[in-house]
Amino acid sequence: MFISLLLVLLIGAIAWAGAAIGLASLFGVVLPYVAVVVFVAGVVWRMVYWSKSPVPFAIPTTGGQEASLDFIKQAKYDCPNTTWGVVQRMFLEVFCFRSLFRNTLGEVREDDPVNKGPRTIYYSSKWLWAFALVFHYCFLLVFLRHFRFFMEPVPSCISFLESIDGIMQIGSPRFFWTGGLLLVALIFLLCRRIFNQRLRYISLANDYFPLFLLIAIVGTGLCLRYFDKAEIAQVKVFIMGLTHFSPVSTEGINSLFFIHLTLVSVLLIYFPFSKLMHMPGVFFSPTRNLPNNTRAVRHVNPWNPPKQYFTYAEYEDTYRDAMAEAGLPLEKQPEKAAE
Amino acid sequence: MAKLPTPQMLVSSRPAFPDKAWLDTKPEFAPGSYCYPAKKETMELLHMPNPHDWDPAAEDWNLPDNWEKILCDAFEERLEKHRSLKLFMDICVRCGACADKCHFFLGTNDPKNMPVLRAELLRSLYRRDHAMLGRLLGKRVGARSWDKNVVKELFYYAYQCTECRRCSLFCPYGIDTAEITAIVRELLHEVGLGIHWIMDPVKNCSFTGNHLGIQPHSFKEIVEMLADDCETVTGIRPKTPFNEKGHEILFITPSGDVFADPGIYTFMGYLLLFHELDLDYTFSTYASEGGNFGSFTTFNMAKKLNAKMYAEAERLGVKWILGGECGHMWRVINQYMATYNGPAPSNMQTPVSPYTGTVFANAASTKMVHIAEFTADLIHHGKLNLDPSRNDHIITTFHDSCNPARAMGLLDEPRYVLKAVCNNFVEMPENTIREQTFCCGAGSGLNTEEIMELRMRSGMPRGNALRYVQQKFGVNHMACVCAIDRATLPPLANYWAPGVTVSGLHELVANALVMKGEAKRTMDLRQEDLPNVTDDDDAAQAQGEGQ
Repeated sequence: MFISLLLVLLIGAIAWAGAAIGLASLFGVVLPYVAVVVFVAGVVWRMVYWSKSPVPFAIPTTGGQEASLDFIKQAKYDCPNTTWGVVQRMFLEVFCFRSLFRNTLGEVREDDPVNKGPRTIYYSSKWLWAFALVFHYCFLLVFLRHFRFFMEPVPSCISFLESIDGIMQIGSPRFFWTGGLLLVALIFLLCRRIFNQRLRYISLANDYFPLFLLIAIVGTGLCLRYFDKAEIAQVKVFIMGLTHFSPVSTEGINSLFFIHLTLVSVLLIYFPFSKLMHMPGVFFSPTRNLPNNTRAVRHVNPWNPPKQYFTYAEYEDTYRDAMAEAGLPLEKQPEKAAE
Repeated sequence: MAKLPTPQMLVSSRPAFPDKAWLDTKPEFAPGSYCYPAKKETMELLHMPNPHDWDPAAEDWNLPDNWEKILCDAFEERLEKHRSLKLFMDICVRCGACADKCHFFLGTNDPKNMPVLRAELLRSLYRRDHAMLGRLLGKRVGARSWDKNVVKELFYYAYQCTECRRCSLFCPYGIDTAEITAIVRELLHEVGLGIHWIMDPVKNCSFTGNHLGIQPHSFKEIVEMLADDCETVTGIRPKTPFNEKGHEILFITPSGDVFADPGIYTFMGYLLLFHELDLDYTFSTYASEGGNFGSFTTFNMAKKLNAKMYAEAERLGVKWILGGECGHMWRVINQYMATYNGPAPSNMQTPVSPYTGTVFANAASTKMVHIAEFTADLIHHGKLNLDPSRNDHIITTFHDSCNPARAMGLLDEPRYVLKAVCNNFVEMPENTIREQTFCCGAGSGLNTEEIMELRMRSGMPRGNALRYVQQKFGVNHMACVCAIDRATLPPLANYWAPGVTVSGLHELVANALVMKGEAKRTMDLRQEDLPNVTDDDDAAQAQGEGQ
């Protein structure tokens, strides 16, 4: 955990020092270009790597009643048997975190009055679902909001998003609730890892690193907006320069901005080589993205080996006399087989 | 078998998490924590790679000299064959939602029984070779190299997972531990590591047609004895057709049901139901196994054992196959059979119920119908004369077997049947039934005696739920649609909720079934006295007709 934290701080420090000694164009221009290239190429590379292996068996996890008899109601979203049904299931999975919504907390009681002995009770537990949802949606909205730096004129949908985001009209510049909630959600996810014994036991440096990195990104972003304010107009000119492949001078932009940009670049570079690949990965998951129709439609395995088994003929050869004696029907009677 | 601790002791003796990180702990092979190894001769007979004698408790497992290369190559090959494996190795975020969903974890509190860590055991090896960060940073990011202790660890935890898929239901990316466990078991078989309780039935099924190794003449004899017992109870001796050509239906069910109490009563239930319907069907002594212990070893072994079903359906010229009550059998049939051994032989047709005309379009390709679907359809169309009061002495609950629940979605068909044949039905708590059902604790070939305490631990969530409805609602019976359940739930119920009996669904169907020309029923299929039986024949008959 501490290694991950130190690593993030180190990255921030390097970016700050770099900007201070006049290497701002390295961290502000070269690194973002490299990061975007690595991100796109890396994600595509991993998806191609997955796709190279076939899906030999259709193994959906059925989350409800199958489609069978007409008087029995199918769980259409949790146990779809058509492609359209799978699209709906995947929609719920990706946009509503359907599976995580089921989450329960199991508590083992040693002495329960009803059971007069041990009893395991399952409480509904929606915290992880709720904060995961808050995190992902706020991240998406914050990401979209940033397009005002990338586009001129700013599309009306982005402006609309901003006006909604700042609807509470607190402070100046106006407080965007997505940014604040994003930080809250990240801190929840981090605390969960640190204070829940089970989570702490399974967590690796590669679990803490993205959390610290994201907290640092959000933290520097919030600072840039509310405290150590960046000169927005200048930043926009700079970013438009990047997007038009004609970078402009980094002169006059505060170094915190370069720390923010560097951290985002590191996130992009880290993404394809880490568990963050769950984003494209969820679409590939064979327990979710296949219909439960394997008795109605044959799923083909490209490497299906040839059939090799103990045939009936071999079986009858082995047991013919006993079968004849027991009066079981035979392909060849013992006398015939002996010839 | 060692004496079991009391349920309270069992729960309170679950150890706390170790102080050391999971990469630094090793499993302890104490008696009762592992299954006996497969015999060398068995492995040789089945042409399994690297058969050898070994003992899980010994320091040296006599692995072949080039074991590391074999395992690395085999892992590589599986990655190339299964997209699921690559994906599940890459995308886990370790959110921990799966942790307390596993019955083994709840019962043992062993952190490596959290599905996430069970998968990490393999993922750590994957990271070394396939993840940039793992290659660069090693143990810091949870990557490690193969060594003999890692092999032992994989063995230990791959056989403390019943492939029930409960975790995959709760995983936000649908990561399926059953897939990972199945592949780890495949890898272990590459270096000659298997367990006796699985490989012995596999051998039997390969060469005699069923897991128990019942030879054709004995199979016929046993079924005829069960038919005699049916006659004792009902006055009607059901027909027992074997290996006959030209019938419409081939019936296949797990062989455990012709052999062991209480499965035999379920089997008698089938015989009586089919007789009453005058079903045009046959059994086969060759395809006399519905279950598939091969599916607990390798995909190819599962395919091999499953191949007999279509081969026999073709030889006998049947139109479709009716399948009995079984769990993993239906995982194989629903998700693998057509892929393994399909398309179905050309003599087969989309199944149609001969009594109701219902077309089982959901089985259009596999041509195989689950008996709960078949019977529910009959009851819905009023084709069975049922007297549920004959089951009035039981207050029953229903245990969803993992595979029909989470690999098929067979949830309401058995309930529909159960409610029609029993007046008293109570569900267990909602997070322990239907798609969230808990395993009996001994599926996927772990229903062996030597790990009985472990089974009671992994069966704790099911046992607790059963105990709850027993204490609160007076439940004294648990119905199920799985032959392994019928073998594993009686000891589980006996331990966690003494006094609860276990049966298959069709035992209860046959108890309630009013047959044409039957003698007055005074006993159930277990030859125990029925409730509410009066000496007055007319009264009993009137009651029957009243239903």
